[in-house]
Amino acid sequence: MIRSFIALAATCAAFASGALAQESTPPDVLVKSVTQDVLSIVKQDKDIRAGNTKKTIALVEQKVLPHFDFNRMTALAMGANWRKATPEQQQVLIEEFRTLLVRTYSTAISSYRDQAIDFKPLRMQPADTSVVVRSEVKQPGQEPVAIDYSLETTPAGWKVYDVAVGGVSLVTTYRDTFTNEVRARGVDGLIKSLAEKNRQLGEKSG
Amino acid sequence: MTMRNVGRLLLATLAAAALAGCASTRAPDPRDPWEPVNRATFEFNDTVDKVVLKPIAQGYHAVLPSPIRSGVRNFFANLRDPWIAVNQFLQGKVEEGLSDLWRFIANSTFGLGGLCDIASDMGMPKHNEDFGQTLAVWGIGFGPYLVIPILGPSSVRDGVGTVADVYTYLPYFLPEWLDFEHRVAWSNSLTALDLVQRRSDLLDATTAFEQAALDRYAFLRAAYFQRRRNLIYDGNPPPEQPSDSPDSPSTGVLDGFVWLAGEARDSDVAESGLSPNVVDPKVPANYRSVLTAGADSATP
Repeated sequence: MIRSFIALAATCAAFASGALAQESTPPDVLVKSVTQDVLSIVKQDKDIRAGNTKKTIALVEQKVLPHFDFNRMTALAMGANWRKATPEQQQVLIEEFRTLLVRTYSTAISSYRDQAIDFKPLRMQPADTSVVVRSEVKQPGQEPVAIDYSLETTPAGWKVYDVAVGGVSLVTTYRDTFTNEVRARGVDGLIKSLAEKNRQLGEKSG
Repeated sequence: MTMRNVGRLLLATLAAAALAGCASTRAPDPRDPWEPVNRATFEFNDTVDKVVLKPIAQGYHAVLPSPIRSGVRNFFANLRDPWIAVNQFLQGKVEEGLSDLWRFIANSTFGLGGLCDIASDMGMPKHNEDFGQTLAVWGIGFGPYLVIPILGPSSVRDGVGTVADVYTYLPYFLPEWLDFEHRVAWSNSLTALDLVQRRSDLLDATTAFEQAALDRYAFLRAAYFQRRRNLIYDGNPPPEQPSDSPDSPSTGVLDGFVWLAGEARDSDVAESGLSPNVVDPKVPANYRSVLTAGADSATP
């Protein structure tokens, strides 16, 4: 009940931000402002820093989700198998993958500890329909970790369809697992695995 | 376990994996013809981590305040810089190599024996190089995927690189060369401390990883190849070739030996020369090709 309410709220937020953002917000400005927005909240919120999963997920649903294109992400992660899935299977896959990514992203965010984040200058032609926004997390005494966001224009503005950390792309990494899973157990097998994973994670965080 | 034994263990693993390759019948991922053995080693490593390494790292993280842990991290990072510099030179990157040498000198003196990383503030950033990357720049492909006991994901090429890295590992060999009193105890303690410190830095990352992965073995393997490729190109890899798609037909066991015969899978490193820094604007890697591949295979 509460979950569907959050989902509804997130959908409204998505519409609202989509309407406000239009296509006028350049991708680098978008990523930068969302990042700063979210991290400033994480910095101040003791519950999130202490690992309050529900609160972190709510933050991610509200601030981050509207800027991601989960249909595209799921299709890319499925690769060649995407067309083998029925429209119903595709819908379930998108939903389960989204839940998993939100949880993982929330965990990653709650471990944020005031590291400085630099954004690199955007290399983009006016006609480009997809672009990579590059950033770096600075850590004293260690080499910086690159975080690259791949975005694409959609009618609702720029949307993120992949994130790479230190050169490791989320979509590519999942594609390997998804391909193996579909080969061994079919599309329904993959859906089952995703659902089971989400169930386990849901139980852990209570 | 002494460092020499680690070296021998690595070589033994390479040999064992090569033999096991002959026994495997089906290779779902062409990069991983020895998957059954690798999976077993992965499980072993995972258990060692759960039972020994992670709990110690958690305790270390809980007991020591952040500034002290930073000091320890910097101290060991500093001792790795000379070997990083050597690898820069071996890859033809003189400027970076000199920068890393200056890092070592500055941090060892003004940085109080490496406890403070003042070189980063002086505009000499920390780099990530090792002998496996050097071999890659020399044109040697990954070779088959290889999970090494304790050390984790690697490949035949990077495993060979690791042997060189191990034999130039200063925290272990400095006490011996400098003829410390109780040098064996020093060597072992320093190596153990470095290991625990590095594991403690990864505590958050491994938690996120465990959450994210459906099949942790396959997830780590996929991440390994991308990460290494990124490091080889110093953060600016060219878009991948569509032929790298996991659906490309596998020739099975022989893959590993084709590599030994010189047909490097990622030979594009060699073709593009020694400074792969100049790269076309980043196109989302193989994203169109994936969709087209989908269209192709949809027809039975």
